[in-house]
Amino acid sequence: MADKFGILAKFDTPADIMHAAEKVRDAGFKNWDVITPFPIHGMDGAMGLKRSWVPRFTICGGTIGFLTGMSMIFYTSATDFGIPFLSDGYQILIGGKPLFSPYFAFPVSYELTILFSAFASIAGMFILNKLPMHYHPALKIDKVNEASDDKFFLYIEANDPQFDEAKTRSFIEGLHPVEVSDMEE
Amino acid sequence: MASASSHSNAVRPAILDEVNPVDIPRQACVANDRSFNWITEKICGIVEEKTPTWWWVCFIIACCTASFTFVGLIYLAVTGVGVWGLANPVNWGWAIVNFVFWIGIGHAGTLISAILCLLRQKWRTSINRAAEAMTIFAVVCAGLFPVFHVGRVWFAVYPGYLFPFPNANAIWPNFRSALLWDVFAVSTYGTVSVLFWYIGLIPDFATVRDRAKTKIRKIAYGIVAMGWRGSNRHWSNYEMLYLILAGLSTPLVLSVHTIVSFDFAISLVPGWHTTIFPPYFVAGAIFSGFGMVLTLMLPLRAIYGLDDLITQYHIDCMTKIILATGTMVGYAYGMEFFIAAYGANGFEVFAFVNRAFGNYAWAYWIMISCNVISPQFFWFKKIRENTTLVWVITLFVNVGMWFERFVITVTSLSRDFLPSSWGYYSPTVVDIFTYLGTFGLFSVLFLLFLRFVPLMAMAEIKAVTPQADAHHH
Repeated sequence: MADKFGILAKFDTPADIMHAAEKVRDAGFKNWDVITPFPIHGMDGAMGLKRSWVPRFTICGGTIGFLTGMSMIFYTSATDFGIPFLSDGYQILIGGKPLFSPYFAFPVSYELTILFSAFASIAGMFILNKLPMHYHPALKIDKVNEASDDKFFLYIEANDPQFDEAKTRSFIEGLHPVEVSDMEE
Repeated sequence: MASASSHSNAVRPAILDEVNPVDIPRQACVANDRSFNWITEKICGIVEEKTPTWWWVCFIIACCTASFTFVGLIYLAVTGVGVWGLANPVNWGWAIVNFVFWIGIGHAGTLISAILCLLRQKWRTSINRAAEAMTIFAVVCAGLFPVFHVGRVWFAVYPGYLFPFPNANAIWPNFRSALLWDVFAVSTYGTVSVLFWYIGLIPDFATVRDRAKTKIRKIAYGIVAMGWRGSNRHWSNYEMLYLILAGLSTPLVLSVHTIVSFDFAISLVPGWHTTIFPPYFVAGAIFSGFGMVLTLMLPLRAIYGLDDLITQYHIDCMTKIILATGTMVGYAYGMEFFIAAYGANGFEVFAFVNRAFGNYAWAYWIMISCNVISPQFFWFKKIRENTTLVWVITLFVNVGMWFERFVITVTSLSRDFLPSSWGYYSPTVVDIFTYLGTFGLFSVLFLLFLRFVPLMAMAEIKAVTPQADAHHH
């Protein structure tokens, strides 16, 4: 007998799963989740989730990108010292234009700001979601495949502090799901 | 109104308080009340069905056409850039024309996925996936031209006169040059478009994985789906990411064509040296991009029977954008003449008179009829409802926008300041075939996309149906 991972309930409509999620949130469970084919509007509130942390990655990435652009252009076109084993700056005077000015450095820095922000945000999403995650107990159960089509699932994990085999099961059944089943580790 | 008249001496209340909100009827984004399951079956069905014969026929034709580009480019790399029709005074010919044309085509994809996402236009969901694919493939086609126009293409990347790597001579690229800004703009644009597209695809790849019958499909789609399972804790971060990427792509898409226009605008050549170029190029890009989206989507809609997903409402929205941007482009053409006259610069005046009545007048009038006149037909509902006519007009739009870039590039260079150095530019066979081949390359990539990737963003379409709203009764 494999270890028990949690209890899984299946629902038919977005409204059903939303109301169920509100009740699970109010009951004070911590380790639980819902699986839906698309992001349901209002579900974050129903689950009591805080605002995502992804924007913090974006601002870091953007700042680093802008500074990278500016300092790269400053180094390459307005200095003449070398970074050992790496590269030298090289001053070229073109048409009496200044060796460095934030104006001509702006377009490239701007593009790098966007590029680095995009990379950082994506990395942020992957880190926060722990993706790629090619193993998860939910992926092992065939019927959870329906969650990427038109069905909605909710599970409470066995490692939740409040989890109690019998009580939790009867609590979940009280949410009026279509079907309740066990999840194995 | 009663409250306003009774307080006649008081400060007049904000006019907005007096206006009753009008109930604008919301158009359904999915016709005929289709269920979630219907959407999954329809879109996954396209990827899962046996490869149809028409696909193979198109694929083989596209591969043959694409070979033109490869033969042309190999010939150029072996022989030298002289095989293109570039010579004094026209040193920028079809290469830059094709580059700007293809980049412009790409813009609608990002516009649909980014700007319309920020504006909460729900109709974008049915077309954004294919439009983004179009963007990426168009950028691939665009990138070939600037890379190959340097001739010794193997030096373009390393040891770097395009990208700032420390090279053998310890000289860096010139960051004061708009051409180098272009390198950064286009490569950032290409990268972010691919990432945005892939992020949008993850949940749909998971759907295809979950439905896969064979082991190979399960593993292949499983890898690209990253183990996505639709957890709401994931959706929460995912949606935030998607919104941020839309927010990042919006200034990106505007900046890319602005920077492309700087290639011209920061020079001193009459007809190029104008401040209207950045907004005018962006409007033109969106115009041509939407033209191409419709050119591609209308046949697909007919072939796959996607009428419930790409409804008349979608076509209406897109044709109206074409009408709006086409009119903006027409305004820009007029404004260029006005500024030339008003600026009282003889060379500038001559450049524009020469465009309309000089030796390239034929190209100018093709451009005007395709870009300014043909979209005006979209004022009429009857024409917007006739898909064949819409399709034909979008073809004109594509042709017209190619000619716009041709007119800008070639007319200005062929007759600039000194009549002693005037000339007439014609492309060579290599130019023509290299360009035609890019349509093949584009088609090859697009056909592969149709076979292996869900054509529409299923998760997003489901989310905009009425039954997806938890408060729906």
